[in-house]
Formats: sequence, structure tokens, C-alpha cells
Amino acid sequence: MLRYITQRVLYMILTLLIIATITFFLMKLLPGSPFNNQDKLTETQRYALNEKYGLNDPVPVQYINYITKLAQGDLGYTFQFDGRTVNSLIVNGMGPSATVGFEALLFGTIVGLLLGIMAALKHNTFLDYGAMVIAVFGIAIPSFVFAGLLQYYVGVKLQWLPVAFWNGPEYHILPAFSLSVGVIATVARFMRTEMLEILGTDYILMARSKGVSKSAVIFKHCVRNSLIPIVTILGPMAIGLITGSLVIENIFAIPGIGEQFVKAIQVNDYPVIMGTTLFFSFLIVAIILIVDILYGIIDPRIRVAGGKS
Amino acid sequence: MEKLLELDNIHVSFQTYGGEVKAVRGVSFTLEKGESLAIVGESGSGKSVTSKSIMRLLPNKIGSIKQGSIKFQGKDLAKASEREMEKIRGAEISMIFQDPMTSLNPTMTIGKQIMEGLRKHQNMSKSEAKERAVNLLKLVGIPNPELRVDEYPHQFSGGMRQRVVIAIALSCNPKVLIADEPTTALDVTIQAQILDLMRDLQDKTGTAIILITHDLGVVANLAQRVAVMYGGMIVETGTVDEIFYKPKHPYTWGLLASMPKLNAESKELLAIPGTPPDLMNPPKGCPFAARCPYAMEVCLENMPEATDVSSSHKAACWLLDERAPKVEPPEEALVGGAR
Repeated sequence: MLRYITQRVLYMILTLLIIATITFFLMKLLPGSPFNNQDKLTETQRYALNEKYGLNDPVPVQYINYITKLAQGDLGYTFQFDGRTVNSLIVNGMGPSATVGFEALLFGTIVGLLLGIMAALKHNTFLDYGAMVIAVFGIAIPSFVFAGLLQYYVGVKLQWLPVAFWNGPEYHILPAFSLSVGVIATVARFMRTEMLEILGTDYILMARSKGVSKSAVIFKHCVRNSLIPIVTILGPMAIGLITGSLVIENIFAIPGIGEQFVKAIQVNDYPVIMGTTLFFSFLIVAIILIVDILYGIIDPRIRVAGGKS
Repeated sequence: MEKLLELDNIHVSFQTYGGEVKAVRGVSFTLEKGESLAIVGESGSGKSVTSKSIMRLLPNKIGSIKQGSIKFQGKDLAKASEREMEKIRGAEISMIFQDPMTSLNPTMTIGKQIMEGLRKHQNMSKSEAKERAVNLLKLVGIPNPELRVDEYPHQFSGGMRQRVVIAIALSCNPKVLIADEPTTALDVTIQAQILDLMRDLQDKTGTAIILITHDLGVVANLAQRVAVMYGGMIVETGTVDEIFYKPKHPYTWGLLASMPKLNAESKELLAIPGTPPDLMNPPKGCPFAARCPYAMEVCLENMPEATDVSSSHKAACWLLDERAPKVEPPEEALVGGAR
């Protein structure tokens, strides 16, 4: 198992290096430079700034310098605020982003699982159809549409919750809920399909033939086996939440990484673009690894096949 | 002999989009203490449905017992509540399924799956149940049971898994064991081992067995009495000797004739021409009439009554009526040349 994880971590580092390289050169293809569009700067000032941030060097040299620093965990300085490191921007932005994402994932998974289980147990009844109609809406309608509707009705009209900003727990509810709608819908649909399939398997019949009560059959035999595909989709979904939160953070004016990222692209803030891209990539690769490990915990068949401990 | 289980005129139907499928149409039989009864017939004849109705494990929204009673120790299981059935399933009547590859939960250890019934029905503590699980695994011939008890189904071969399923079924010393094609999914050498094991365990525990199968070889191996099912009905019942050596129903002849024989001159396998009846619109008369080479006009119009051939042997066929022409079973249906 340890060997397996070490191997996976090495692959992770390689993946991140490739992502860093590709992003670096793509970014250099962006039109403009960080200090071009500020009319107030004179030629000399611009030259001095470019010199300060090493932008006058040839691109390959800039690349080597960047990678060398990256290897030491240094993502450089942002061009927007004097003397602030990208590391500190990410650390500051991380808090709100991770909080919203995690809340959405947790709430969405729990509600989605309950809806899916209910739909499967009440198969072909009003409850089943109702849950699935909700799920289709949740998948079809993007989170920012919900965000806008919620802001208008719950925030402006009813004034129950704040419309935007990030000043306390009540500010979390609307963004986290908007993000979780997609999660609820996806999880519910997967759970329902999987539960229905497993309810029809021989081992469920076998469990019932042992005299195990219906609720025990559902929770001990059916739900656990149905969770296997849920764990698989949870990874991509968590990734979706990270990227989806770019938009949601903008709509709700949450000072998260997503907001930083969008701003950085608008003003050609190279180190921040690089830093946030790499940070997102790191999260994604890490989530995939975690899902693979979780998968093994839930499904004993994979545990044995995956790593010989 | 003491009557343990008595089915009387059981009718089971399934509601489908196309209409009502009458899968079992008036099945009656009795099972005595400690005996083994085989129910044979081809796919779709209602064997499995009959056994699932005894356990009340029919798919609950679409399948239901329409009529008849299932008396088990004086209680009518056809009318028992789900809660009453939970106390009977596993403890009094238990079941072995056809495919051991799918009948065990892949994410639960073998031990836990055995212990589940024990803890529910016999109020055992965790450690007592585990000890019993190890003993059961030893009983069904699994080597190193102390280690294997904590393993998962995928670490067992097909034959081993069927042994585990048998251990689970027998864990609470049930009075009736329903084995639904217990050897169909196994290869031949393993089949023999499993049959030996079942016979051996029956001797030890005195459990009555209902064996559902389409394999007459298995019947000869394990059963004392046989009920032949066709089109949702029992067409002939008798002791193993009566069914194999003095069969009376043309369908039984067909079944016996289609058994491959080693010493046969022709290499061709014999089959019964035609297909089983559509149970959505079952025929008015004998269900086998359309495929029966001896069918008469009366067969198409009226269902024959079960006629006593001997005290233990009954067949439902118009050929047994005194007005019918004398017909001898075909050569191929004779097992071992007896007449």
C-alpha cells in the first residue's frame, strides 16, 4: 500500500510539472503584458518594473527561473499589490473557497443520497418521479442561475439572507446551496439507479431469505454497495465544485481563489495565474488519489487488487 | 410420517405491462419431515416461483399469491405478515440460490454473512456467533475456517462459495431447505461434491429438502420423491423409482428421453419439439397438449384430473382415463431398460 501511494505521489508531481510547463507557455501567448495597459507609466518606469519582475529575460530563462523557484515552493510575487506573495494570496483565498466548496459537497451528498434512496425504495411512485424531476432540473440548470434567483428572491425580496459578501456563517448559505444543487441532482440520480440495480441482485434476496429485516437489508447490504459508484463520481464532482466556484465566488463577491484567478487573467498577473492554476491542478490530482484510496476502503475487491501491502 | 409443509392449490400471478402472467396455476404438494422432494421441469414451468412463494420472496409489487394456502406447522404462510415471515425465513425455512457468484454480498466478510442469521434468530453474542460460523465453515468442508471466516466472497471459488451459501442456509437448523438449482452454475466435479455435501448434511441434521432443478441426474442423486412441473402445474408426482422407471405422463417421457445417454446408438440429443405455453393466456386444456405426440381432442378442451397410479404416484393425463387408447412410453424414455 505504501509503495502504491509513493508511486502515485511521484506521478502527481510529474503531472503538475507538465501542467506548469504548458500553462507557462500558454500564458506567454496571451496578448499584452502586465504593465502595458497602464497609461500612466512612462517607458522608463515600465522597463524598471519589467526588470524587477524578470520579464525582460528571454522566455526560456524565465521558465527555468520559475520552475526552480516552484521546486522550492515559492510561487513568486503578484504584480497587482506591491510585495505580496502569491502563496499568501492563495492561503488567504483558500479559506472561503474551501469552506463554500466543502459545505456544498457535504450538504449536496447527504441530501442527494437521501433523495436517491427514497426514490429507489418508492420506485415508480409519486415520490420517485418527484425526486427525479428535481434531479433533472438540478443537472440541467447551471448553478449561477440558481445563485441569481436565490439572491433576488431570498436576498432582495424576502431579505432573509445577505445577498453577497463574506462576513459570517449566514453569508455561506446562499452560495453553498447554489453550488450544491448540481451535487444533489447527480448524487440522487446515481444513487437511485444503483440502489434499484442492487435491490434486484441475488445477494439481497439471499439476505432476505436469512430473515434479515427489510431496513437492515437496505442499510447493511444495499446502501453500502450502492456507495461504490458514488465515491467514484464524488471526485470529479469535488473538482466541479472547485471550478464552479469561480463563477459563484464572483456572483456572491466572496474573496476566494476563484475571484483572484479571474482578476489575475484580466490584468495579466502572470504569477497569480500560474499559482492558482497549479493550486487547482494540485487539488484535482490530490482528490483523484483520495478517491482511489477511498474506493479501496469501501470495496474489498479493489483493496486486494490495488495494493499488495 | 409427519407433514411439515403442505401446499394446497397455490396460484401465483405476476402483473406485467402485457397483462397478468399466471406463473403457477394450482400447485399442491406435501413435504414430510426429513424427506427430499425434487421439483423438476424446464425453464418457465413455475418451479422457482413456487419455491419463492413458500418463502414469500416474490417481487412484492408485481408478484402475488392469488389463491391457495401454504401450511407450515399449522400456520398459513400465504397469509402471514412480513414480520412473521422474518421469524420463519432462515430459522425454519431457508434457501440456497442458483448462482453462488452473485448470491453473496461482495462487501461483507463471509463470517458476517453467516453470523447475520444466527444473531437475528438465536440471539447469539458476537463471539458465540463467530465461533459457530467457524464451525459451520468446517462442517461444509472449508479448510482453515478460522482464517477464511474474515475473508470476502471474491477470495473464494465458485464451489467454495456454494459451500458458504449452504453453511448460511443451515446455520439455524431449519426444518426445510429449499435448494433452487444449487448445482446448475457449478462445473460437474464440483456439482458432485456439493450434492454429496447436501446429502451428508441432510443425514446429520434431518432437514427436509425441496430441490428445484431441471437436471434429472441431480434428482436421482438426492431426491426420494419427484414432482414434475409444466406450465405452472404439477403434471406427475411419484417416488424417484416410479418417475424414472414407470413414468406415466408424456411430458415426463419427453424429459427422460432428452437426458443424454452414454450408450445411445444415435449421437443426436433428443428434445421435446415446441415451446412451453404462454402463461399470459394459458391453454384451456392440458398445458402440454400442443407439444404432446399423443394429444387427443379432449386434451385441448379439458384439463385432466390427477389420477392415482399407485398410493404414491399420480399423473394428470387423459391417457390414464379408461376410455383412452393404450400408449406405451417411447424407447428413449426408458431408463435402464425397465418396462
